[in-house]
Amino acid sequence: MTGLSGEFMEKWKCTICGYIYDPAVGDTEHGINPGTKFENLPDDWVCPECGAPKDQFDRVGQPVG
Amino acid sequence: MKPIKLVENVYWVGAVDWSVRKFHGHTYTTARGTTYNAYLIVDDKVTLVDTVYGPFGNELVERISEIVSPEKIDYVIANHMETDHSGALPQIMKLCPKAKIYCTQKCKEGLYKNYYGNWDFQVVKTGDKLKLGKKTLTFIESPMLHWPDSMFSYLIEDALVLPNDAFGQHYASDKRFNDEVDVSEVMQEAVKYYANILWPFSSLVVKKIEEIQKLNIPIKIIAPSHGIIWRKDPTKIVNAYLSWAKNETKPKVVVVYETMWKSTEKMARKIVEGIVDSGVEVKLYDVNESDKTEVIGEMLDSKGYVIGSSTHDNSMLNNIAGFLEFFKGLKPKNRIGCVFGSCGWAGGAVREIEEIFKTAGIELVQTGLSVKYVPDENEIKKCYDFGKDFAEKVK
Repeated sequence: MTGLSGEFMEKWKCTICGYIYDPAVGDTEHGINPGTKFENLPDDWVCPECGAPKDQFDRVGQPVG
Repeated sequence: MKPIKLVENVYWVGAVDWSVRKFHGHTYTTARGTTYNAYLIVDDKVTLVDTVYGPFGNELVERISEIVSPEKIDYVIANHMETDHSGALPQIMKLCPKAKIYCTQKCKEGLYKNYYGNWDFQVVKTGDKLKLGKKTLTFIESPMLHWPDSMFSYLIEDALVLPNDAFGQHYASDKRFNDEVDVSEVMQEAVKYYANILWPFSSLVVKKIEEIQKLNIPIKIIAPSHGIIWRKDPTKIVNAYLSWAKNETKPKVVVVYETMWKSTEKMARKIVEGIVDSGVEVKLYDVNESDKTEVIGEMLDSKGYVIGSSTHDNSMLNNIAGFLEFFKGLKPKNRIGCVFGSCGWAGGAVREIEEIFKTAGIELVQTGLSVKYVPDENEIKKCYDFGKDFAEKVK
């Protein structure tokens, strides 16, 4: 998708449980507004489904291995 | 069967399922049956930790009744929502409708979506304490070990860990403790359990164990929700988990194949001979004849994987495909592999399996070996060398 500034914003997938972080949606239940890029999530943000930390996420479409 | 005392005023009140042979639908075989372990703590507040699978609810109630009337239960601890531990919860809550249920937020949501009961849920977080009288419970959230809702409970005064599915094994027995049984059998089941259920969450397993080790709390007994209770040397299973979770391996190869007209099988057997003659431990499985839960268990401590398939309709055969679909979801790390198979004309299976290895992060250390139709003497020799070469890389 494209953000307010016109830049491309990528989705990221939790490699533990499969949850997809969509910057268009954010994670409002945990204070993350729509439009927040994955890279700009606080360091202590965790997967809202399974609690995995940020380093367990892969960019969607990113080749593995 | 009477309740079994773990420590003063703490009892096993679960059920032994001797005859179950499949679990989670058909994803897991339970060759040795299983148990559903529930625990009763008798203090000023009578507390039940987890329940059992629904069909065993009457046994749970009978066993609790040997100690205390179930109506007297004040607290129920739900460490995990899954039905093999919560199935008897509605039956219990009918007997003690005012009991408070302590669990994580995710567990509360999941229990409601399973049973739609209007029960008195009390959400707990890591570090919360619950005073039962003389004894005190504390909780450690353990998301994805093995569902988002999972948590461990810890009975402080008895240094008793109640980690639900973690450290469990599908193992039916007339005995309850590891110092009463053949531990090598129990460990085989613990390996299968880790490999088939917890392997994908290994990075979280390491973090959780290190988090608990940093707390520096004494651990005298680990009482999981399936199988045998670790009473003797309980840290042994914790260290085994750390080793598996860190993807530590030994020089060992697992060869799995599927064959149409036995050519791929001939190749598999010769590859195995090459590995054996190199002095490396190896196991060979025909995917159609083997217990896949056991095969995955054998893969847990193995450095090398060799997969073979005949080509059918330009693709690998469908049962090895199903096996690999499950396998890649386990996210093994630090492994090497290679692929082989027989085909009639253009092939396809070897390339396809190599792609799966790449996606799964398995390092392909030698070019795949394809043979047209039935391998001749020269090709059989190539299979032997293929095995030998691979064994050298596994060492």
